[in-house]
Amino acid sequence: MVSGKVIRSLLLIPFSIALAFAQGNLIQSVISKGGGKPNLAVTDFRGTGGAQPLMNAFNGTLFSDLETSGLFNMVSKSFYPLQNPQRPEELKPTSGQGMALVDWAGAPVNANWLAFGYNAAQGGQLVLYGYLYDTAQKTAESAQAIGKRYFGSLDDSGARKVAHEFAADIIQKFGGGSLIGSHIYFVRETGRTKEIWQMDYDGQNQRPLTHSGSLSIMPAVSPDGTKLAYTSFASGTPKLSLISTESGRPLRFYNQEASLNATPSFSPDGKTLYYASSASGLSQIYAANLDGTNFRRVSVSKAIQVEPKVNPKGGVIAFVAGPGHQQIYRMNMEGADMERLTNGEGEASNPAWSPDGRLLLFAWTRGYATGGFNIFLMDPSTREYDQLTSNAGRNENPSWAPDGRHLVFTSNRTGIFQIYTMLADGSQLQRLTSSGVNRSPVWGK
Amino acid sequence: MKMNRTAGTICLAAALALGTAACKKKTPIAPPAAPITSGNTDTVDPNAGKLKPAILSFSVEPSSIERGQSATLRWSVSNANAVSIDNGIGEVQGAGTRRITPIESTTFRLTAAGPNGTISGTATVNVTGTAPTNTGLAPAGTFEQVVNSQLSDALFDYDGNTIRSDAQQALNKDAEVLKKIFADFPNRSVIVEGHCDERGSAEYNLGLGDQRASSAKAYLVQLGVSGDRLKTVSYGKERPQCTEANDDCYQKNRRAHFSAGQ
Repeated sequence: MVSGKVIRSLLLIPFSIALAFAQGNLIQSVISKGGGKPNLAVTDFRGTGGAQPLMNAFNGTLFSDLETSGLFNMVSKSFYPLQNPQRPEELKPTSGQGMALVDWAGAPVNANWLAFGYNAAQGGQLVLYGYLYDTAQKTAESAQAIGKRYFGSLDDSGARKVAHEFAADIIQKFGGGSLIGSHIYFVRETGRTKEIWQMDYDGQNQRPLTHSGSLSIMPAVSPDGTKLAYTSFASGTPKLSLISTESGRPLRFYNQEASLNATPSFSPDGKTLYYASSASGLSQIYAANLDGTNFRRVSVSKAIQVEPKVNPKGGVIAFVAGPGHQQIYRMNMEGADMERLTNGEGEASNPAWSPDGRLLLFAWTRGYATGGFNIFLMDPSTREYDQLTSNAGRNENPSWAPDGRHLVFTSNRTGIFQIYTMLADGSQLQRLTSSGVNRSPVWGK
Repeated sequence: MKMNRTAGTICLAAALALGTAACKKKTPIAPPAAPITSGNTDTVDPNAGKLKPAILSFSVEPSSIERGQSATLRWSVSNANAVSIDNGIGEVQGAGTRRITPIESTTFRLTAAGPNGTISGTATVNVTGTAPTNTGLAPAGTFEQVVNSQLSDALFDYDGNTIRSDAQQALNKDAEVLKKIFADFPNRSVIVEGHCDERGSAEYNLGLGDQRASSAKAYLVQLGVSGDRLKTVSYGKERPQCTEANDDCYQKNRRAHFSAGQ
């Protein structure tokens, strides 16, 4: 049931992106928001006075956010005219030098849209004046799609903040969801300990949330982003722990008696924890309230079961199970109608539902040696699937971004496991971590 | 906490030379590179300005143990963003503890690196006693010593928890040893750890390791070992004993292993 690999035309994919794989129908359905991508030019913004030293951080962040959104063909800066406007008042009807919209609309730039503006240090704050103009319009008034001020602190983090906000406004104009404020939680291994860490979606502000001096692994984030559940060895055996993502403060959780309570995830309403427990003598799927009370067995089988994931639209639980080599299964909320989704080849793990509940990301060794996991995307209703990574080490633990187009995963393609994000078509690959060994990312609000 | 390098070094040398706990009260520590104005700093401060990294404390308690016993390394540093300890411990947090069971006297070196420099300090644990004799059921020292030296791993097939014939042989012998251990140490329990190789997913391997531990335990109980005193824990693939990507190492890691419980 492999989907026909549809080679996307070069018009849709910038040639700078190295695509290891021809793109399948599923990937296209995730990435394209209908129609071709507009060509976007983004000038290098300048800053007045105290804002000037911050422009490297600002321009880098703005360009990166727009590029990684995957919504635009970013026009190469080598095609830009010699001059560029900073304020709408500077725009001229004709110029030939870059001070008129027609200079950007015509060859060789061929931009459909121009983002420009400037930064100023005003009253100890950083103020960004950001504009987005439609280059096809005749007058500056009709061309303006965005004209807005943004405020931040007068330092690099303030510059990145206003750049993120301006980029989010542009992305929203083109139907993309904003990733601003979203966090990625992951496991960092140092020596014999593993702790849960948090970072911004672009890899900034990495900090530990747990200080167990033990193994804190397999994090899951609540739908509202306020709580984190994970598997902790602090008491000697694997048990579930819950903490607040804001403070790292532990939340009370009663673990049912078992040698193993592990691989938690939250229900879509955030009120129930689904997890694997060996309370019956074999790891099976259980559910409990967020304080561990009212625990109940969901599934009854004779095979190891782990990693339950409730579909965001409800009704279905995806999970990983034997017997024999691990595969992806689904069942209903009562543990009935169990059905294997992967075809039995290789080993499969780490199911992750898309925010709209339509598609599953997962890791699979299909086509590779044992342990050779790659990221796959499946439509469970048709069993059609596409492969998103290949020939780049071991790739595991995919998790969707809130925008439903990006994903985060771990890969040892450099020899050491690190955290990466990319668009579902494999483009816009960003490496977010470099210190320590980093695994098991989950993307939360 | 006193910060005197000379005293610490002399003390260390004396401890090493004499093999005694002569320096029990004075933990050897490296000098601070910046004045310490307050008590312990619990975490590494990424915004530590121009302050140089400092080792607020680095000790091992107790500083002298018998072979087979454990000691605890304890440390706290400030103004560092990378802290590591040698002798197989590796990168650590800015403050923490680590249980160690060295088989011989060992000096641990802690290195703290920050944006404004690097500093290191040492702590030594003296280990006394003779090497554990591996003579079957001969009485030998502490509970930990006996568990660590006289019980053999049971090995498993890939993705399997069946007790195969070589594992049966190991567990048959382990059963006799366990009965004697439980008789000699009536208040202690033994942990059956289930481990996996690195190839399957970490999540599935937690379930698989749990199966391996409980299969090994069930086999031992069937041979008359007290089930109440055998606890199981799955480490999945979180605690491999080797990390090479080859079949030998994979096989070594697919095991039920015994360790000392409470």
